[in-house]
Amino acid sequence: MTDKNEFDTLSRRGFLKASVAAAAVGAAPMFFMNNANAYTNAPKGGTFTLGFNVPQTGAYADEGADELRAFKLAVKHINGEGDGGMMNTMKPIVLKGNGVLGKKAVFVTGDTQTKSDAARASAKRMIEKDGALMISGGSSSGVAIAVQGLCQEAGVIFMAGLTHSNDTTGKDKRRYGFRHFFNAKMTGSALGPVLKEEMGTDRVAYHLTSDYTWGWTQEESIKETTEGLGWKTKATVRTPVGAGDFSQYITPILNSGADTLILNHYGKDMVNSLTQSVQFGLRDKMVNGKQFEIIVPLYSRLMAQGAGDNLKGILGTTNWNWALKDAGSKAFVKSFGAEYGFPPSQAAHTCYVQTLLYANACEMAGTFDPSQVIRSLEGFKFDGMGNGETEYRAEDHQCLKDVLVVRGNQNPSNQFDLLEIVKEVPRSQVEYDPAIFGGKLGPYKV
Amino acid sequence: MDALLIQLLNGLDKGGAYALIALGLTLTFGTLGVVNFAHGALFMLGAFCSVLFKQVLTISKKVKDESITFFDAYKEQPYLEIWWGDTGAMIIDYAVPISIIMVIPVMLLIGVALERGLIKHFYKRTHAEQILVTFGLAIVLQEVIKMFFGANPIPMPAPDIVSGSAAIGAALGLSDNLVYPWWRLIYLVFAGVIIFSVFAFLRYTTFGMVVRAGMADRETVGLLGINIQKRFTIVFGLATVVAGIAGAMYTPILPPDYHMGMDFLVLSFVVVVVGGMGSLEGAVAAGFLLGMLQSFASLNEVKAIFPGIDQIIIYLVAVVILLVRPRGLMGREGVMEE
Repeated sequence: MTDKNEFDTLSRRGFLKASVAAAAVGAAPMFFMNNANAYTNAPKGGTFTLGFNVPQTGAYADEGADELRAFKLAVKHINGEGDGGMMNTMKPIVLKGNGVLGKKAVFVTGDTQTKSDAARASAKRMIEKDGALMISGGSSSGVAIAVQGLCQEAGVIFMAGLTHSNDTTGKDKRRYGFRHFFNAKMTGSALGPVLKEEMGTDRVAYHLTSDYTWGWTQEESIKETTEGLGWKTKATVRTPVGAGDFSQYITPILNSGADTLILNHYGKDMVNSLTQSVQFGLRDKMVNGKQFEIIVPLYSRLMAQGAGDNLKGILGTTNWNWALKDAGSKAFVKSFGAEYGFPPSQAAHTCYVQTLLYANACEMAGTFDPSQVIRSLEGFKFDGMGNGETEYRAEDHQCLKDVLVVRGNQNPSNQFDLLEIVKEVPRSQVEYDPAIFGGKLGPYKV
Repeated sequence: MDALLIQLLNGLDKGGAYALIALGLTLTFGTLGVVNFAHGALFMLGAFCSVLFKQVLTISKKVKDESITFFDAYKEQPYLEIWWGDTGAMIIDYAVPISIIMVIPVMLLIGVALERGLIKHFYKRTHAEQILVTFGLAIVLQEVIKMFFGANPIPMPAPDIVSGSAAIGAALGLSDNLVYPWWRLIYLVFAGVIIFSVFAFLRYTTFGMVVRAGMADRETVGLLGINIQKRFTIVFGLATVVAGIAGAMYTPILPPDYHMGMDFLVLSFVVVVVGGMGSLEGAVAAGFLLGMLQSFASLNEVKAIFPGIDQIIIYLVAVVILLVRPRGLMGREGVMEE
């Protein structure tokens, strides 16, 4: 008999080779297999999975919790539950309130811990184990940039949460990364005219800056703005993140000759440095014949509660505020307020909007294939989401929209009324050339 | 000159805080031989006792803001102000210093309960096991606080009368720029008083004498028929009270959040190690030394020569001191050397 069974001819060596090959294929991470599939985590069955990566522990846990509330609300609205929120005001919109492309949205969550390595690990887990098709959320630029890089490698779209560094859509921009939140450059452009009007053109500024990507880019942008007004910069001092006691950085200001302190701090650092600056009597000082002023370029209402009365009268900017009276903001505040019993934060707003924008882009593209969804988002112009007419600029994936200049409310009418809107700065005033920050988006197909 | 004087004051102020925290830690280690990684959490618990006290004082009548329809928004007026007018407002204003009255018994109770319920079971275990269990305890305590008070810092202003700065320069005939926050000066004096009281208690009372004898030779003191264990329990309670009131009084300087203890933990251990494990005098000396160094290293003129020195100076000096004097500044022979 020459006709031997093939299995009988399998040698020990051949079996080992086949086993090694099978193990290698089995162990390969999903995102190395894009050539085999059309795209990473193509949905099967009647659902598609979103990955919400927010700080659930650590200093930004409250902000993360608010982001998660907004994400859950967005998923409800996409699936046709609840009152629809901003789906009633967004224009143009192709979502019908029955999910996306006939599939219902479901979600998984991860904890960034506001640490880049932890955030990447949780995003990786959601992509590889949970089959997440899109990752969103976060409260730090360091985290956003780290996760955005991972998502680019994985071929999964990243809809950034709260990240304000110029680098996110500047030198570290990625084809798969999109930011709805404004940035430091836009803060500077919005704040400049108000500073000129209220504080004049002859001031000496002293910067205290958080020593990481966000702090550096904000310092750079605000310095550019104030020096453009004619102000001088006395010193730019870097402070470690989470320093707690900033007194040793505040005492040199007293003798510096500066008459304005710019706190490039966010969250807990901002609460501590502002509180301590006020205790050192900076706001009571007269320097160079002028009243000493403190500026907090990026405000967070949620975190600002910790600064108490020290916040009153201090200028800054914010991406959005629940007290806005446009139809989109009112619809969102109504939905969120009814669901949770209090108003949403700016972090919640940006996360909610990002989820709706992603879902709408999939519906527009007619597919969940990220290379097509990216094309739908690039250059997409929309309105009715709380920031006036907005555009996802194709060149850097930065949303261009109105920015709010706010001031710590001197006489709040309720416990949430911490920020008074000074000016809604139009988009035209905060636009900039995307080429100034360099960086490359990278390919559509990875 | 002004800049140097103000940094000197800042160094003393920081040093006072470091010394106060390290004192409690050394007290626990010196008496019980326990490396207590939950000490920072006890500092944080003291701060939140103060927060709770203020929240009780400011229980308020809520007047609904009718202009808000989507959720409940209201303006609050504390009942104390409604009932007692200016007197009520003054009591609320002084919430932080008054809270010490509550912090002392509560922290003593917590300290004794912790020692009896947990710490005493680890006296004869290795330092590594002690570190693990107390670190675990610290995490549990901070998560419990986060559950009830949230993750955000909570404002705890100092009384109005001492919320500004003292014009030290003007008083001394120097520059008007030489000012320093009243509350930080109060904290410095407070730290000095507490440190002096602890030393005096251990040096001049019979109780303190027995504890010191027990620290030197626990076995012999036991053979003399003295229940040294009971006294050590009280000392752990005392260390807890010191940590607690240090935390409570620190709240106007650093709005408390659940993680504030961890922020101080590493620093206080560096202070203890530099001072010498088990040496109370060493802890105080190291606290002031490191506070002073950190303050002067933050001068812009110094940073222009050594960029980033302000962030590493404490650890750099710790390494140098431990290389030159492995037992720390005033460490005793045989402590942590087995």
